[in-house]
Amino acid sequence: MRRRDFLTALGGGITVLLADDVIAQESGRGGMNRQTPQDVSAWLHIGEDGMVTAYTGKVEVGQNARTSLSAAVAEELRVPIASIRFVMGDTDLVPYDMGTVGSQTSPTMWPQIRRAAAAAREMLLDLAAQKWSVERSSVAAANGKVTSGVHSAGFGELTQGQKLVRTIPANAPLTPAAEWKVAGTSAPKVTGREIVTGAHQYPYDLKRPGMLYAKVLYPPQFGARLASLDKSAAEAIPGVKVVREALASPRAGFGADLVGVLAPDPETASKALAALRADWTPAPAETSSKDVYSYFKRNAGGPASSAGLTAYTIAYIAHVPLEPRAAVAEWNNGKLTVWTGTQRPFGVRSELAGQFRLSEENVRVFMPDTGSGYGGKHNGDAAIEAAILAKAVGRPVKRNWTREEEMTWAYYRPGALVEVAGKASADGTITAWEFHNYNGGAAALRTPYAVSGAREQSHQTPTPLRQGSYRCLAATGNNFARECYMDELAHSIGMDPLDFRMKNASNDDRLRAVIEAAAGRFGWKNRKKTAGRGFGMAAGFEKGGRVATCAEVSVADGVVKALRVTEAFECGAVINPEHLRNQIDGAISMGLGGALFERIEFAEGKILSNRLARYRVPRFADMPVIESVLVDRKDLPSAGAGECPIIGIAPAIGNAIFDATGQRIRSMPLAPQGSIGSPSA
Amino acid sequence: MANISELDVNGTRRRIDADPGRMLLSVLRDDLNLTGTKYGCGEGQCAACTVLIDGQPVKACITRVESAAGKRIVTIEGLAPAGKLHPVQEAFLEADAMQCGWCTSGMILGAAALLGRNPNPSEAEIVSGMNGHICRCGTYPRIVRAIQAAARKGGRA
Ligand code: FES
Ligand code: FES
Repeated sequence: MRRRDFLTALGGGITVLLADDVIAQESGRGGMNRQTPQDVSAWLHIGEDGMVTAYTGKVEVGQNARTSLSAAVAEELRVPIASIRFVMGDTDLVPYDMGTVGSQTSPTMWPQIRRAAAAAREMLLDLAAQKWSVERSSVAAANGKVTSGVHSAGFGELTQGQKLVRTIPANAPLTPAAEWKVAGTSAPKVTGREIVTGAHQYPYDLKRPGMLYAKVLYPPQFGARLASLDKSAAEAIPGVKVVREALASPRAGFGADLVGVLAPDPETASKALAALRADWTPAPAETSSKDVYSYFKRNAGGPASSAGLTAYTIAYIAHVPLEPRAAVAEWNNGKLTVWTGTQRPFGVRSELAGQFRLSEENVRVFMPDTGSGYGGKHNGDAAIEAAILAKAVGRPVKRNWTREEEMTWAYYRPGALVEVAGKASADGTITAWEFHNYNGGAAALRTPYAVSGAREQSHQTPTPLRQGSYRCLAATGNNFARECYMDELAHSIGMDPLDFRMKNASNDDRLRAVIEAAAGRFGWKNRKKTAGRGFGMAAGFEKGGRVATCAEVSVADGVVKALRVTEAFECGAVINPEHLRNQIDGAISMGLGGALFERIEFAEGKILSNRLARYRVPRFADMPVIESVLVDRKDLPSAGAGECPIIGIAPAIGNAIFDATGQRIRSMPLAPQGSIGSPSA
Repeated sequence: MANISELDVNGTRRRIDADPGRMLLSVLRDDLNLTGTKYGCGEGQCAACTVLIDGQPVKACITRVESAAGKRIVTIEGLAPAGKLHPVQEAFLEADAMQCGWCTSGMILGAAALLGRNPNPSEAEIVSGMNGHICRCGTYPRIVRAIQAAARKGGRA
């Protein structure tokens, strides 16, 4: 929908649009590479019935954006949080948005929504002052009403019979964090009740009248090509249709040959899939999870690293969102509507438009609040499959991925080889630093410590698996290698790892503050070593936040258990302390999986860790006691918090294992089979 | 064997026509549109699909519908009377024991059953009793606290 159509549809009341051009200028991008002209980044409407509705392209995947953004509106409009309706991730109704990625909801969308709400409040106050002929300064908004002396009116009454539209610049002034009332407090999740009653409809749950269930034929191995297909047995099953179409852009490892089966119920669709007789031309596999690290090094671009560096390896891991990918697609008069779980509804809209050579206006992508993403739901694979099949059969089609499909055909956090070398003088000064990441990426490549003449490089390599975004992406692996190596350096000169970090974090007061906060709460200086116990720490920065983590582990017969983790986190002004702690718990849990046991094993183009029985994720019994310390910097803008807290846990545990056993393990995961094995092995 | 024609779900007899070998999860979600019961793995590993059968928690993704016939099935939609919340549901809300919420239905039913067996579980008993449930968002500490709070209020199934 175009902006003006949207404004017509909204009807009377107050509408505030937030101009995007200022943001575009500020960031030096935006506005470019857009297929359709978009000039507004957020909007908010107060209807003649008093209903407040805000619109954003951000989506809810469990990070509680819906709640924090509602709190932003409540803060500025002075209305109860529950009275706000938030339309998220519906490409026909919300302003264009790049995607819910890179922890950008809090730093960018949150202040924007607040600006829009603040402007709406000022408009209401103007209206009231005019209507009652009173001093503007005597009018105030509170509890969903505007009042001045004896006068009082609801928002709806004030806007009745009017249609007011205001566009405001994206840099309009805001209530300072120190004066927040709703924001900064722990508002409970706004959709909590629908979730605990099972009423909320996730993408996996949606149904459309007359829809068929789809299954898709996947190759037995990455890169294998369909040589021949006999669909007669499948088509002989009553109610089954088999469709073969081409993807406009081939998918890595899968190709462009889409074969789908459709049936009125999922059981029949599964039977039909099993009844397809396909012959495949195999593809030779270039590497496996065992030798992928030397493969990266062999095939790397960029200038070579020096000889004799210390190598760390980072396994490929899977996001394992508990709700696998899902989509429902429906065509009406050449217009396509898809409901799907994605962190990038507009990106998926472009993918769909490209597949069908449609203008984007003829594609609507709608994202219901979804069963998590963690950076793993950026693309539209399920949406594309559902849409192609729906078009072919002329009926709505539902395409829910199985766990096995999700673990095999989605994409992974990249595996990586990291090579490090450094030297420290006796007083703890770092005198040399060289750091290379092969394949993992550049996030957190640069050390936060004061090092002159550091050489740091990210090397691109070919990748045997489909890889993509992840919570904090390469920062998990790069921090692991750097912070473990910092520990090695500290030990090489006999200095306490805390003192060593504090000395070298001299350029970054925020980092020093979190290190001190974590060490203080953890009791680092008073730690007492006992047999089979160890202590480790790590620090780092990412996505505008600073984090420091201390861990205590036990190691018994090689079995590692994280007993206690203290994490201090600073991400500017805290928007919602409870949800922030919840995110820290979650990041520590997820980080613990990657630290200790998660890894994707593959050989001959096949994913071996393709089910939960073969891929261990953290459970209740794996969780340490978590203490989180929130360093609230009301003087700094709020940074996103869903990602950064994940980066400290793996190195803190690696260092704690060394403290406990004297064994330096330089691979993530640290204990893939559940134990670390003996030093001699 | 003949198809299964009826299930007792949430206190109501529901007509179905299901092959006895089909999994209960699919019958609940696809035939009866009770989508509060979630799929997370289909292999008995995550317990997102937990429902109660005669008060016992079972994983609906690996339970044949024939074995549930004639028994009392409770899903998240029927844990409390319409418009009301079960003490465990209340406790989850109060503790904010969820992020994306995909695991939540199974967690709540698993917790209600746990409290039915053991009204006053220790933390260690909660951890071992709930260890079959996965929360990928990692809200485990909050879930433990929610179950403890529900226990204090007498939140049995
Ligand atoms: S879906 Fe049943 S145990 Fe995972
Ligand atoms: S809240 Fe997302 S899986 Fe538990």
